[in-house]
Amino acid sequence: MEQNAETRRMLPDSEAQPKRKEDRPLKVAPPSKKKTNKRFARGLIYTALTLLAIVCFIPFLMMIVNATRTNGEIMAGFSLLPGTALAENYATLSEYINIWNGFKNSLIISVSVTVLSGYFSALTAYGFTFYNFKGKNAMFIFMLVMMMVPAQLGLIGFYEISKTLGILDTFIPLIVPAIATPFTVFFIRQYTQATLHISLIEAARIDGASELRIFHTIALPMMMPAIATMSIFTFIGSWNNYLMPLVLLFSPEKYTLPVLMGFLKGSQVAENLGSLYLGIAISVVPIMIAFLFLSKYIVSSISAGAVKE
Amino acid sequence: MKKLDRYGYLFIAPFWVVFLTFSIYPVLLTLYYSFTNYTGSPGEEVVGFANYARLLTDTYFIEAFFNTIKIWGINFVLQIGVALLLALIFSDLRLKLKGLSFFRSFFYLPNLITISSVALLFGILLDWQHGSLNMVLMKIGLISDPINWLAEPVTAQLSVSLILTWMWFGHSFIIVMAGVSGISTDYFEAAHIDGANRWQMFTKVTLPLLKPILLYIMITSLIGGLQLFDLPMLITDGIGSPDGSLNTMVLYLYNQAFKYNNYGYASAVAYGLFLITLIFSAIVFKGMFRNERTAQKKGA
Repeated sequence: MEQNAETRRMLPDSEAQPKRKEDRPLKVAPPSKKKTNKRFARGLIYTALTLLAIVCFIPFLMMIVNATRTNGEIMAGFSLLPGTALAENYATLSEYINIWNGFKNSLIISVSVTVLSGYFSALTAYGFTFYNFKGKNAMFIFMLVMMMVPAQLGLIGFYEISKTLGILDTFIPLIVPAIATPFTVFFIRQYTQATLHISLIEAARIDGASELRIFHTIALPMMMPAIATMSIFTFIGSWNNYLMPLVLLFSPEKYTLPVLMGFLKGSQVAENLGSLYLGIAISVVPIMIAFLFLSKYIVSSISAGAVKE
Repeated sequence: MKKLDRYGYLFIAPFWVVFLTFSIYPVLLTLYYSFTNYTGSPGEEVVGFANYARLLTDTYFIEAFFNTIKIWGINFVLQIGVALLLALIFSDLRLKLKGLSFFRSFFYLPNLITISSVALLFGILLDWQHGSLNMVLMKIGLISDPINWLAEPVTAQLSVSLILTWMWFGHSFIIVMAGVSGISTDYFEAAHIDGANRWQMFTKVTLPLLKPILLYIMITSLIGGLQLFDLPMLITDGIGSPDGSLNTMVLYLYNQAFKYNNYGYASAVAYGLFLITLIFSAIVFKGMFRNERTAQKKGA
């Protein structure tokens, strides 16, 4: 609406308008003017959208730029021109932490979690969809109810059972629980019910294939789109998880990237801002690059997850 | 067939073994601890409802509750407002905007970054003396003296809210946009013929039809927001400074358990948090459905 008012204000200058008021309505309608009006509005909207996109990106840009500048330069003032201290900052950073080790740990955990969660959720969803056994519905409803329970509720008990089992300070309590991911089971089951018909499975049974083999060769490939959708979230969730590894891991060489970032803050690296920025940049840039290639899938996954029901 | 149905148990067995061990059992164990004075070493005593009584009068927990609500609330209003505005602009057929997927990717980008990295990044960008934000603001003349964003309770909470908005508006936008594009254009055309303007179309057609989607966003955002932890923990000293203003419920739970070894009391905090989440979700659901009923009555 603002832009309308502005265009109207501009009109008297750009074109000689009749002074008499009753003549004006005749002049309002011509299509050419409507077009300029619309073009103006669009230009304004594009500018606003670009500004918003810049706001989204500029903290990362500052991070990358500052990662190449010395501590003194960063303290002296703000600049968007890269400096020359990248190697120096990296050397300082490496003195205190091994960031690539954190990277490796995060990758091992996230990939294992994604694979386990995808495979076992599909297995469970298949069991719930194609067999009729006693207590099936009760079990499914119980699972749905437990889906609402936040992870923090069992945090202390989870820590205690890990202690009892002697798996504290290992990756096991971070990876194995992924076998039971109720929401993924639920999502894959919904998908399977809609896309995979029982007749296909019965046909394979007549051909003499075993139940597990049918699952692996026929059902699993057909469930793949649903598994892939959930896998993106599982991976991102695991990669970004901070609380669990913070509670369960004690040895610095086992720290995941998020925990290492927290560790970085309290360490002496924090005194050299350039190195600190570089550490953050190393944790962020690979995700940004991956996003560049995957953004389309991620966006459609988010939409699918929400609009499904 | 009956014989084959036994395979069902085989397929769901791994799930249940792990689920019972790592989800159900910990939840029940935490419930038990919440009635004890457990401090991490065996030999705890059952103390009845003492922990819960303490919770109700614990000013730190109550403060943490209000902090969490405040930080989440400001963020949610801004986030959903921006998301709706963007969806409105991009779905306007007369504007015919291009570049939706390009902008959408940029808007979503902040959501993908590890929160601990975001916290660390903003911790130094917002730094009082050497932070880039103050430097930029002073350079363009918006402020004359540096603002100590993270030292004052009000600006610290506002900073965290705005960072959350920055992180989440793209996510909400994608979901709202998916909802909007699911609405049949017939509705808009009909409204257009009836002479509705843009605002009327938005409030009378788009919003009511988006209600289920908005409910989904609100519930998921609320549940996530009540569990706010990483950002407040890492952006200041980890115990909620300045002045306890960034002390959230989960941060309090974490510190009680793993910093002060008050496992029993921390378990009660966990159940308190769970109850609060349930109550809030119920209120949101009820509010949404009551609106629907009154709307139907008016219509009839």
